Amino acid sequence: MATVTTFREASSTFAPMSARRLLIFGGIALIIAGMLFGDIFAVFVLHQNGGRTGETLLAAAHAASAQNTAGVRDAFASIASLLEDRGTKVDAHVHMTDAGYLALLLALVQPYVALPSQRKKRLAQLFVAGGVLLPLGIFLIHYVGLSWSPFPVIGWASVLADSAGALLIIALLGQAWGVWKWLHGERSEPMEAEEKSHSWAGRVLLSGGTVLVLLGFVHGAWYAAFNLYKHEAQETGILHSLVETSIVHSSTGMAEAVNQYGGLAAARAVSIAAHSHIIEFGLLAMLLSFVQPYVFLSESWKRRWVVVMLAGSFILPLFVWLELKLGLVAGGIADIGGLMVIVALAGMLVGVLRYTGRADSRWLQAQP
Amino acid sequence: MNGSSKILILGGIALAAFGMLYGLHYALFVEHQTLERMGNALADAFVRVAQGRVADAQASIDAYGLTRYNYVRQVDVHSHWIGLAMLLIVLGVVFERVGFSESVRRWLALALLTGSVVFPLGVILQTATHSGVLTSALAVGGSALVTFSLAAVALGFTRHGGNRA
Repeated sequence: MATVTTFREASSTFAPMSARRLLIFGGIALIIAGMLFGDIFAVFVLHQNGGRTGETLLAAAHAASAQNTAGVRDAFASIASLLEDRGTKVDAHVHMTDAGYLALLLALVQPYVALPSQRKKRLAQLFVAGGVLLPLGIFLIHYVGLSWSPFPVIGWASVLADSAGALLIIALLGQAWGVWKWLHGERSEPMEAEEKSHSWAGRVLLSGGTVLVLLGFVHGAWYAAFNLYKHEAQETGILHSLVETSIVHSSTGMAEAVNQYGGLAAARAVSIAAHSHIIEFGLLAMLLSFVQPYVFLSESWKRRWVVVMLAGSFILPLFVWLELKLGLVAGGIADIGGLMVIVALAGMLVGVLRYTGRADSRWLQAQP
Repeated sequence: MNGSSKILILGGIALAAFGMLYGLHYALFVEHQTLERMGNALADAFVRVAQGRVADAQASIDAYGLTRYNYVRQVDVHSHWIGLAMLLIVLGVVFERVGFSESVRRWLALALLTGSVVFPLGVILQTATHSGVLTSALAVGGSALVTFSLAAVALGFTRHGGNRA
């Protein structure tokens, strides 16, 4: 019964091919794609890339010790390539999921955007297109490089990424203009009924999300206060020691310094990943609480997906953080946490699809 | 939409747009050059070792450390401004469910917005002053403002739930 009531309330704000529908679909799809990409990257690329970077740094130190300048330059060209490979994949993952969050967010504020529906739809299309093209451009940077580029350091893939970033900015400024007009009393179309999700699923996602964000803030403050400067000092200290050991031709010293460098990079990476993931999942949970009126599933299935979503959102950052202490087992558990979030998101997306099918069939039946 | 929600939604959209513009500017004019400088400094250090120029090698490592210090903060500012902006907008939509009076909610909204602007601003200014007291105070104060305000919002959500019950 509750589902039917919610359905009637929400359907007025979810017209076929409306901006809000496009943003909700596009947003959830971008988040799922971004997370899948992140999981694949973590399993197949991240650790292997880190290992190769360490080996190449050691090779550079050995080449320096042997006074082989060309060898040093070759090793650092390889390190630059490895870092670019890793960096662009991390950035593609982050930008795709963040564009998804922003799309869900924009779906929320659509009732307050005082623009004609056609223009709102065009802005939504622009935003989703930018959200797809930006991470695609970033991903291609490593593979396209500077081929056929007229610029000294910017390749065509960077141009694609930057243009897509500009699309996102234009869409966002358009939305801001619509909100500004709304605040000045303009209403381009009848004000849509604002749906509110006071259901169990909505409330638990909202409060659970807030707690996750808060935990992430506290962890970030703790990291900045006690580890950030220490890690920065340690990094230059280790590099100085690597330089000194290569001057005295100490192979053991060089290997020790490179090991320390790898350990430090891992410690940094897990802290930052835990911090960013717990906050992003918290934000995602809060956003999904608003989407619940559009999830056309039985109450028990809605609750199930909420529990899976929040459990995965807590498990992933916690076990990423524990990876240095517990090793690969923790990494595996973290990946399962990520998979739980993806499955829960897919479950909710199915619910939204069922909702739209039902809404559209009713709309078609109502046509003369 | 009440006053506190307007502060959060408009402030959030403006901050997100500003954060993106900063990111676009950074990607176009700063990032590639910074990465190039960072990579060159590290490579130069080992090349100097190979050439037997020890003092120059150590100076290159220090230059690498300095460039990396700036790079980390420049990237962090971009992601924190946009991330905090998204949080502001989400909270703005749901702020009426914070179980405090509108005047308290308005103060909370102002504190959240101020903290979200000031915290990354303090971080980016550190690249100019290198751990200056004022910039560190801005960053710490801004992040504390956001954290405590969010804790108050979380408390407000529970109060709202209690009132409804």
